[in-house]
Amino acid sequence: MPTLYDRGQKGRRALALPELTQPEEDLLRHIPEAMRRKSPPRLPEVSQPELVRHYTALSRLNYGVDTGFYPLGSCTMKYNPKLHEDLARLPGFTQLHPLLPEEEVQGALAVLWELSEYLKGIAGLPGVSLQPAAGAHGELTGMFLIKRYFEDRGELPRRHKILLPDSAHGTNPASAAMAGFRVVALPSDRRGLVDLEALKRNLDEEVAGIMLTVPNTLGLFEEDILEITRLVHEAGGLCYFDGANLNAFLGRARPGDMGADIFHFNLHKTFSTPHGGGGPGAGPIAVSAPLLPYLPVPEIVKEGETFRLNYDKPKTIGRVHPYFGNFLVMVRALAYILTLGDAGMREVSAAAVLAANYLRVRLKGTYKLPYDRLCKHEFVLSGEGLAEGIRTLDIAKRLIDYGFHPPTIYFPLIVREALMIEPTETEPKEVLDAFVEAMLKIAEEARTQPELLKGAPQRAPVKRLDEARAARQPVLRYPFPEG
Amino acid sequence: MVPKELRYTKEHEWVRLEDGRARVGITHHAQKSLGDIVYVELPPPGRVAKKGERVATVESVKAVGEVFSPLSGKVVEVNPAVAASPDLINKDPYGQGWLFALEVADAREVEALLSPEAYEELLKGGG
Repeated sequence: MPTLYDRGQKGRRALALPELTQPEEDLLRHIPEAMRRKSPPRLPEVSQPELVRHYTALSRLNYGVDTGFYPLGSCTMKYNPKLHEDLARLPGFTQLHPLLPEEEVQGALAVLWELSEYLKGIAGLPGVSLQPAAGAHGELTGMFLIKRYFEDRGELPRRHKILLPDSAHGTNPASAAMAGFRVVALPSDRRGLVDLEALKRNLDEEVAGIMLTVPNTLGLFEEDILEITRLVHEAGGLCYFDGANLNAFLGRARPGDMGADIFHFNLHKTFSTPHGGGGPGAGPIAVSAPLLPYLPVPEIVKEGETFRLNYDKPKTIGRVHPYFGNFLVMVRALAYILTLGDAGMREVSAAAVLAANYLRVRLKGTYKLPYDRLCKHEFVLSGEGLAEGIRTLDIAKRLIDYGFHPPTIYFPLIVREALMIEPTETEPKEVLDAFVEAMLKIAEEARTQPELLKGAPQRAPVKRLDEARAARQPVLRYPFPEG
Repeated sequence: MVPKELRYTKEHEWVRLEDGRARVGITHHAQKSLGDIVYVELPPPGRVAKKGERVATVESVKAVGEVFSPLSGKVVEVNPAVAASPDLINKDPYGQGWLFALEVADAREVEALLSPEAYEELLKGGG
């Protein structure tokens, strides 16, 4: 793929600037001599059609949910309705200054308040903060809440341990450690679930809480969830639920009823904000009654028909984000909740779980399925033992040749050569079938023509990359021929 | 898979003592838990490292592992072969997969390294 510098000719321009209407000002005189460049910048010189063709060609190399199947486990690559993009672009939302007085932004405050109310209902918990900007930020905020709770009760520094199943999301231990807790790993049992005996052995007066990914990263629901949260509460600890996998039970079960004290939402996964491009997300948290006094400020409150920002919370942990969090993500989330309604949200979780189980059952005879149980919205295969010398990376790269985005690979760590598959709930059966056919074909190729896998991808714009070096030693500057 | 002629650290590094020099690599156990190693970052020769200081990075398809200097001293040699072919660590962790060599600054630190027997015990304990 040529760069813009490889196109065009000296002197070509893509734009004609309008005539000056004001006298020309010599801007250079404002810049000290020593800081002025000695030679003009080397900008691409292309015509407008060349410019348009360049960016159109680039856009066609892109792959996303809008181009094809994207079964990236743990990431929940949803289809995001385009209507919600229009709503998030309404000037009444985009032109707001965050410091406008409350009475001039009642509509925006209403969005925040209403979304908070819906999230409380979905979580089955009485308090919400919309401030955290992403899932891991919600985790860190939750850990600060736990810390402040025990500080207030005079149980610090004694309660300094957070229990973490080895099937948790990778960010969980990092968040607990960043908040100053010591992380204690809990092994999974043969079912791929939390080992209750190991949990009991580790529960003592030093435990501040447990962080559970629900359902866990194997896509399995913790069958003993009520017993787990009961035991932790009995030992005086609190229960944090990582809600990144909410797509699995949206509208069907409430974390609050399962004993959660803190639950985070990934609005950019479950509630209609495009992600994966590094753009803003949002990781609101819902909390149980004992944690309400510690929630971040400001809190959005409704008095009669008026919305107000409340800063009067003496025990708050303070702010965790400037202003009110990533506002336009919240507009999309509210739109999604209102568009789907209760019945629609229940359909989301039903379709997500059905699609994952359909793929699981169709693939398990050919690929190794280490934890062969009814799964939720995702499941984990192993590429091990498919054929001599074939690794999961080869399978993933070959999928690109078949026109699919590969699943998440080498995660979770408790499955060797893991392939973590999460189909988007909006995919029709034909697409799921086409994916299965490709996977079965690849398994056959692994035995009969392994070089096709080893050399994959063949049909992509670039061949197999040295991904470690590309990330470690990126080439970020255009190498001009003359140096 | 714990060679008797080497010394070890709790961080799963091995040390081969050669005439005032210490050659360092990661153990068979370490390479096996990391999986396929795809990238290695080595210290520049001449760097003076303290015991326990992070001196190298080993990246596999699933994790990034830090290598801590098992002894204090000056890096006198690094293995160019392993930088070009990181999989040498998987194939031959105690031989061609060595990482760097140090000029030992304090001979007393050598005494604190684990014996092969002690390292084997550590592995049995789930290390």
